[in-house]
Amino acid sequence: MACESDKLLLHAYFDGELDLVRSLKIEEHVKSCSDCSQDLRQQQTLRTALGTPGLYQRAPQSLRERVLAAAGRESGGASSSAALKKAAMLRSAWRRPVLEWLAVAASIAVVIFVGLRLVPGMRNERQTELFAQEIVASHIRSLQPGHLYDVESTDQHTVKPWFDGKLDFSPPVRDMADQGFPLVGGRLDYIGSRAVAALVYQRRKHIINVFVWPESSGDVANTEGFERQEIRNGYNLIEWRKGEMHFAAVSDVNADDLRQFIQLLQKP
Amino acid sequence: MQPESGAASQAEIERVVLPHLDAAYNLARWLVRNPQDAEDVVQEACLRAMRFIGGYREGDARAWLLRIVRNTAYTFLDKNRPAALSEQFDESLHVPYDGKASDVEAEFARSTDRRMLQAALEMLPVRFREALILRELEGLAYKEIAEIMEIPIGTVMSSLARAREQLREKLLTAQSKGAHRGVRE
Repeated sequence: MACESDKLLLHAYFDGELDLVRSLKIEEHVKSCSDCSQDLRQQQTLRTALGTPGLYQRAPQSLRERVLAAAGRESGGASSSAALKKAAMLRSAWRRPVLEWLAVAASIAVVIFVGLRLVPGMRNERQTELFAQEIVASHIRSLQPGHLYDVESTDQHTVKPWFDGKLDFSPPVRDMADQGFPLVGGRLDYIGSRAVAALVYQRRKHIINVFVWPESSGDVANTEGFERQEIRNGYNLIEWRKGEMHFAAVSDVNADDLRQFIQLLQKP
Repeated sequence: MQPESGAASQAEIERVVLPHLDAAYNLARWLVRNPQDAEDVVQEACLRAMRFIGGYREGDARAWLLRIVRNTAYTFLDKNRPAALSEQFDESLHVPYDGKASDVEAEFARSTDRRMLQAALEMLPVRFREALILRELEGLAYKEIAEIMEIPIGTVMSSLARAREQLREKLLTAQSKGAHRGVRE
C-alpha cells in the first residue's frame, strides 16, 4: 500500500542529511511501513549500482598536462617551460592520475621534511607527536557537519571497494555492528603527507575514526605488536601495527570501549 | 616576476586546482556527455579558475572549482546544444512499472549493467543528472551541492528524489526491453 508520508524526507534520511530527531522518527516509521522500507532498499540498490566501476570518469593524462602547461603560461613566461618539463616528467612517471599525483606530492613533501618525517628509521618522538596531532585534528575536523564520510554505508562490501583506485593500498574493512560498533562509512584523509583510509565507526552516539596506511619499512613502528596509547585534547588515541598496516583509532568513547573495539578489530 | 594580483601562481594551481581535476572532469563529462567537449570545458574552467583565484578564499577548493566547471559547462551547452538544456521530463517515457513490489527489486538488480546505467544516466534531464552525479559519484553533501549548483538545499533534495525515481524507471524500462530482445553486446 502506498504510504502518504513525505517521500522527500526519506531521501534526505537515506543521504544522512536529517538531524537526529527527524532521523530517528523516520527510522521508527520505516520499521513498520513496508512501502517506505522497500523504497529505501531500492535506493540502496541504486546507490550500489552507481558505485559500479567505470561510471566515475577520471581526467585523462593529456588534460592534466594541458592544464599544467596553461598554469605555466598564466603565471608568467618564465615558469611555462618549467610547467612543460614537469608535465613531461609526470607523463613518464604516471599511470593512474590521482594516486600518482599524490605520490609525487608525497615524495616532494618527504624531500622538504627530510629528517623529520617518513624517512625510514626516523620516526622519533617529534614525529610521533606530529602524527598524533594530525590524527586528532583529522578526527575533530571529521566531526564537523558534512565531513564525516565520502562514502556512507554500513556495508563493508561497499566501503572497501570505494577505496579502489583512490589509494595505493587496500585497507581492511569490516563491519562490527553485531558487536555494538557499526561501520558507518569511509573517507580519504591525509596523515603525515600521505593519503590514508579513514574508516568511520559508531559506538552509540560516539564516532570512532580508524586511520589506516601501510607503514614504510625500517620505521621504528615497523614491528609487529607495536602499540601506543594516549589521551590528547580529551580524545583517546590508540595506534598499533598489524601486518604491513599502521592503524590509529581515535574517539571520545572511554578508553575501555576503545580498547574493546580494537581487540574486536584485531581478531582474525 | 611577481604575478599580478588575482592571477594564480603555479603553486596555487597545483594546490587548489589539480587535486580536484578528476572531480572537475567527471562533472563536465556527465554534463556535456562527450569526452572531447568535457576536456575543453575543464580546460576553459581551469583557465577561469586561474584568473579568478583571488575569489577563492581558504575553504572548500573542490566546491569552488566545481562551481566554475558547471557554469562553464552550461555556457558551453547553451551555445552549442541548447536543446540539452530544455530537456523536459518526457511523459511518454514515464511508464509506471506495474509488476509486483517484490519483482521490482529482482528485476532492478539484474538491470544494473554499466553500459545500461550510463545510458540511463545520460537520458536524465541535465539538472537532475548533475545533482545525482554530485551526490552519488562525487559523494557530496546537500550543502555542497547547493553551493555548486547555486540552488536551495530543498531543491537539491527534490532534484535527487526525482533523479532517482526517473533513473530507476529508465533502468527498469531498459531492462524489460533487453529481456524481450535479448541483450546484445
